[in-house]
Amino acid sequence: MVKKELFFWITISCAIIILAFILLPLIEMLTAPSFSMLKEAFNDKDVMRSIRLSIYTAGLAALISFIFGTPLAYLLARNDFIGKRFVESIIDLPIVIPHPVVGIAILSVAGKNHWIGQLFAELGIRIMGSVTGIVTVLTFVGLPFYINAVKNGFESISPRLENVSRSLGASMFSTFFRITFPLAWRSMFIGIIMCSARAISEFGAVVIVAYHPMIAPVMIYERFEGYGLKYSQPVAVWLVSICLALFLILRILTLRNRKEI
Amino acid sequence: MIRVEDVNIHLGEFTLRDINLAVDKNEFFVLMGPTGAGKTVLLEAIAGLVPCKRGTIHIRDKNVTKMPPEKRGVSIVYQDYALFPHLTVRKNIEYGLHFQKIDRGEAGKRFNRLVEILDLGHLLKRLPLNLSGGENQRVALARALMVNPPVMLLDEPLSALDPGFREEIRNILKGLHTNSNVTFLMVTHDFADALSLADRAAVMNDGIIEQTGSMSDIFQRPNSTFVADFVGMKNLFDVDFNGTTASIGELQIELGRIPDNSHGYIAIRPEEIVLSKERLASSMQNSFAGTIRCVNDRGFFYEIEIVLNNVTFRSLITKRSFFEMGISEGMDIAFAFKSTAIHYF
Repeated sequence: MVKKELFFWITISCAIIILAFILLPLIEMLTAPSFSMLKEAFNDKDVMRSIRLSIYTAGLAALISFIFGTPLAYLLARNDFIGKRFVESIIDLPIVIPHPVVGIAILSVAGKNHWIGQLFAELGIRIMGSVTGIVTVLTFVGLPFYINAVKNGFESISPRLENVSRSLGASMFSTFFRITFPLAWRSMFIGIIMCSARAISEFGAVVIVAYHPMIAPVMIYERFEGYGLKYSQPVAVWLVSICLALFLILRILTLRNRKEI
Repeated sequence: MIRVEDVNIHLGEFTLRDINLAVDKNEFFVLMGPTGAGKTVLLEAIAGLVPCKRGTIHIRDKNVTKMPPEKRGVSIVYQDYALFPHLTVRKNIEYGLHFQKIDRGEAGKRFNRLVEILDLGHLLKRLPLNLSGGENQRVALARALMVNPPVMLLDEPLSALDPGFREEIRNILKGLHTNSNVTFLMVTHDFADALSLADRAAVMNDGIIEQTGSMSDIFQRPNSTFVADFVGMKNLFDVDFNGTTASIGELQIELGRIPDNSHGYIAIRPEEIVLSKERLASSMQNSFAGTIRCVNDRGFFYEIEIVLNNVTFRSLITKRSFFEMGISEGMDIAFAFKSTAIHYF
């Protein structure tokens, strides 16, 4: 057997360190709360309401991203135009902006001092401290993940399939719904999961726009501040379980995808 | 049937300039040229998939320049088949029926006929992913023909295929063209494919059309160095004409006719240059002797390079005559060619 080089042992060591770094805190947190505390948290109406709200708002953010993001992703995947890079960097902006800044930025448009905020107020739409506000923030931070995933999906579909479809008599709409959409749905599904996973984890921006109604991350923060680590852990466990479930679905889907190709 | 007039296209790095092309009804027209010449772009422009910057395109005497692809009545078949991967072979073939007003009974008859001609019966329930290249291309042809298009555009339909399948699809194309009244316009970079299929052809290079004409015209009478080289005229010389002779430096070559310019090129196909050990006392007007510089194995043939007065001639001979003559590098050899084998332009 060939003796492994030092390089090999360095790569292995780094891998072990990183896995431990990720897994240790998570395992510790997941195993810390006793079963009775978990059950108590499960029966706590406030906790479950906050988790339900988290899922609901994140799901809505993903739905909005799906409706408005899909055409944009298609546009970016199929067209080259001057300023395309610029548009793409704008779409990536929410990923790099610090989260509280996102909250502040949204409030500065939705507030009373801005005409959009005044218009919303007249229409009876409230951003500050409302579910609408939470969904707005979550869409803001989740959109880039959806658009990038779906753009990649569209790019992987040969434009020739659409060309053939059109030469056979299909309009652009028919072509999109009969060819492009069925072939891209998996990437859309992955985009929805990425987007909602990102949205569920948002705290910094939401806490500025809407402390109440309380989503799960805010609830965890409040329990931690008010009662200490021990009381925040059970809520965190429930939230993390949901995130893991989402991630698991994502992995299974991408793995199955690879096998087909 | 198809009339392309003064078409200019700019698309990324491709620029097509002043393209003029006319394809007659029921014709098998081939667009030849090397990779990157702009053949596919022109094909896609005719299909309406690439916009023209200038010029007009007529199909069936109708100006379609501004028409969307689905209204033009052309089917396109790509080199990579472009079958819909999520649909079965049957669904692929029937795809176009969703958008055409075709009587069900007639559609069914046509479906059965195409499935029979293209031998697809056993594949109908399969997905394209699991088919061979030849099978994929047969499905793509069936799908394109299913809508009974007046015009079929074929983008290198044979290039991605193994030699066996290539022959098969070539014969199928020939049969389909003979037995239908569909006009075929095929793009290829392969001269052999063009020769076996086309009635007429155009040679494209670097965004322009170099020559249009019957296959034999292009093969026998190339009008530029590029076309000559493209059709395999290995012996291409820059010459001065004087009466009925052409001179390459000190070498005088008898043309047997008077060209209309004083300077130009002559081209001789390598298979037209005959080799012999002794100088031939035959009717060939051009008989020379030179030295064999190098011998290249070309499969069924040997390509022999002969040098005379610093001019290199290339001749193709069969393996058999190669061994019979005992040819080796460095030996002296006589060679000759008829004046009628010389093309000048």
